[in-house]
Amino acid sequence: MTDGLTCQELVELVTDYLEGALPGAEVERFESHLAICPGCSTYVDQLRETIRLTGRLREDDLEPAARETLLSQFRTWKQRS
Amino acid sequence: MQLVQDESALVAALRSGDEAAFAQLLDAYGGAMRRLALGFVHNAAVADEVVQEAWLGVLRGIGRFEGRSSLKTWIFRILTNTAKTRAERESRSRPFSAFEEETGGGEPTVDPERFQNPIHPGGWTTFPEPWSAPEPQLLARETRSLIESAIDALPPAQRLVISLCDVEGWPAEEVCNVLELSESNQRVLLHRARAKVRASLEDYLT
Repeated sequence: MTDGLTCQELVELVTDYLEGALPGAEVERFESHLAICPGCSTYVDQLRETIRLTGRLREDDLEPAARETLLSQFRTWKQRS
Repeated sequence: MQLVQDESALVAALRSGDEAAFAQLLDAYGGAMRRLALGFVHNAAVADEVVQEAWLGVLRGIGRFEGRSSLKTWIFRILTNTAKTRAERESRSRPFSAFEEETGGGEPTVDPERFQNPIHPGGWTTFPEPWSAPEPQLLARETRSLIESAIDALPPAQRLVISLCDVEGWPAEEVCNVLELSESNQRVLLHRARAKVRASLEDYLT
């Protein structure tokens, strides 16, 4: 909508923006568009929310049975080596 | 979980067959390894075998580990190589070496139909509708399984990249090292994956 950066272009730059991979001048164009465009602000917020929700899938724990299998595999390996 | 202990001490302990050192690695990386393996082979039993085979590879190779990459990167490379080989053997799908194809050659991640604004070319026809927030507790489980299926439906490279970046929370550099991708390709894959997951949430949350 300003400086030639359209909404359609902006949505393709969101990950570069969020990952800090946009050059400085591009960041300015990106942010000045965001400042006046509710649609793109919503889109960027939703991509952030997507990232946050995706992060909730993380589980650090290995199932006890799988852990035990791998530990016993380790013991077998240790005996043989 | 991150390992805080000095890596060379851990490597030495592992070489000497110290089970506590092995258990520590298992607790730090075991869950992520299994999920990553699942991203390749799509079958829980096969993923378990891949993980077992990868750990054996780690144990057999630890004597030769020279610390040119971090221990974590090295372990996960063994895992991805094992998983790739297995996935290619299990399926007739195209090999995983074709990662670059999935970067999509500049294809749009949002339907071009949505940018047919008559006054502002390339502007939203109608703005994306805000999502109902905060997410009600009852819906949390559904949201979760929705995201899981969306990730599962992604092409392999996109699936792996979003799993490591956004599920596991790894820094981009580590993801690139393990998957042997350039940072720019990694970002393209990540962006395409995120846009698809967002789109499936959009259908659900608006």
